[in-house]
Amino acid sequence: MTTHSPLAIEATGLVKSFGETRAVDGVDLAVRSGSVYGVLGPNGAGKTTTIRMLATLIRPDAGAARVLGHDIVEEPDAVRGAVTLTGQLASVDEDLTGRENLILIGRLLGLKRPAAKDRAAELLEAFGLSEAAGRLVKTYSGGMRRRLDLAASIVVTPRLMFLDEPTTGLDPRSRNQVWDIIRALVAEGTTILLCTQYLEEADQLADGIAVIDQGKVIAEGTPGQLKASVGSGALHVRLLGPEQRPEAARVLERELGAVTLEPDPTALSASCSDADRAAEAIAQLTRSGVRIADFSLGQPSLDEVFLALTGHAAQEAPGDEQPNPIEEERAA
Amino acid sequence: MSANPTTQAGPPPGADAAAVRKAISSTPRPPRASALSAALTFGWRGMLKVKHVPEQLLDVTITPVMFVLMFTYLFGGEVAGSTGAYLDYILPGILVMSVLFTTVYSGVALNTDLTKGVVDRFRSLPIWRPAPLVGSLLGDSVRYLIAGTVIIVLGVILGYRPDAGVGGVLAALALVVVFAFGLSWVFTTIGLVMRSPNAVMNAGFMGIFPLTFLSNVFVDPDTLPAGLEAFVDVNPISILATASRGLMDGNAQAGDIAIVLAVAAALTAVFAPLTTRLYRKA
Repeated sequence: MTTHSPLAIEATGLVKSFGETRAVDGVDLAVRSGSVYGVLGPNGAGKTTTIRMLATLIRPDAGAARVLGHDIVEEPDAVRGAVTLTGQLASVDEDLTGRENLILIGRLLGLKRPAAKDRAAELLEAFGLSEAAGRLVKTYSGGMRRRLDLAASIVVTPRLMFLDEPTTGLDPRSRNQVWDIIRALVAEGTTILLCTQYLEEADQLADGIAVIDQGKVIAEGTPGQLKASVGSGALHVRLLGPEQRPEAARVLERELGAVTLEPDPTALSASCSDADRAAEAIAQLTRSGVRIADFSLGQPSLDEVFLALTGHAAQEAPGDEQPNPIEEERAA
Repeated sequence: MSANPTTQAGPPPGADAAAVRKAISSTPRPPRASALSAALTFGWRGMLKVKHVPEQLLDVTITPVMFVLMFTYLFGGEVAGSTGAYLDYILPGILVMSVLFTTVYSGVALNTDLTKGVVDRFRSLPIWRPAPLVGSLLGDSVRYLIAGTVIIVLGVILGYRPDAGVGGVLAALALVVVFAFGLSWVFTTIGLVMRSPNAVMNAGFMGIFPLTFLSNVFVDPDTLPAGLEAFVDVNPISILATASRGLMDGNAQAGDIAIVLAVAAALTAVFAPLTTRLYRKA
């Protein structure tokens, strides 16, 4: 039975291997009820595999997890009854219309036919898909498909939602729409586990973030803590030539603190979130005779987070160029 | 269908956050769908696909139609003395062939689902686990009926007049569909182990094609070399074709029908659990 734990997800030591690859290598997670928890990492880090274990699609090789108080191995049906999964590949049927997709899910969840139809109409309207309701999903744009996918996930309101890279491949406008939908879900009390490659997305939506790399959680905290550990922003400078980089590094270190030398021999960056200090540092560089090709001030990218946390750049796992987790697993 | 999917007049509508919130808050969770209702819902999905993607059905009906026409008029006179006599022999056989060819598509469709990602959603729903499979095959059975009906109608147009009349034809069709239901579990199993829909198609036809030709569907096996004849005689497809001819002509052997049903049951007993297991782990 459901224990009234304040934790919606409680995972300890989850492990999953596919052949030689340990896709998930001892992941612990603790997600509070009603919160949005971000799992941040590059392709192949083990995010999708973790979500698929928690959603009871695959069994862990080792470790244990409880989702809404139910053990994922012992009581998979109870877990399935309370969660929904919005996969990385939009989990809707391309050969059906948008309306048919929603009626299908409604019927499978136990709605009677008229109720399923009404619910489909209500959701299509709310998600701005009424006009496209009668068209086959394969004619939808990426953003429409993603909205339909999210609508399918809330045909019956879930207590917990797994979202696997909900905005990968979407244009900025569609991405903002998806974020609005996620915020609306959170406002209604749904717990969300969000996998993403974008620090900005986790920053926008999540209350807590776990950074995952090569199947392991390598950092955990609030977005604020995480960014503080990386520096909340970075000043990127590219020089006209590599020979002046040592001098530039000296100046920036004096002005701003920790400096990162980037793989490009003419580029370096320093953590900095204050535009005035950045401007002063650039002025100092010019004064010391360093010739600058360009510079920019921005949020740290996932790469910078990784560089700061692991000392290596975010790398895709070998053999995982195509992020198709299903193929990966079936090949194993 | 619109050829230009993403363009819309004016700014495309997005989600309305207030409506989304209302939609989220307004649903009490219904009682869990029964196994039967879940399976029938998947059957309905299969029907919708026939409606939206009729090409699949065309693929599997046009080939048998061509076979009927070519075999009847090219070889009929030589093999059976007259085209009319050969049509009487070959039509029940082609009925068997066309329906059995359709079963390969059950595996292809399942594999397509797997490679798309929609299976993840189905598998994360709180439903009777084999429902997607049983339901799809129920839906496919309707496709088998359509494929079979096409052949029978063609036969009647060409002058086929079965002795046992409508009742015999319906009985033969029912027997073929039951056997196809059992055989389709073999292809769903293949559909879960192969890596692409095309691979399933190739593997499926590589199996079903020779099995169909090495049966008595096209020719009476009496003229075959002894070893081959022995094989043809025990080939379940031969027995199914013989039973179908018998039902249509009004002289079916109960033994043949029993063997066909037993083989269908055996295929289901072995491959349905196997498919379900693989699907669970897919």
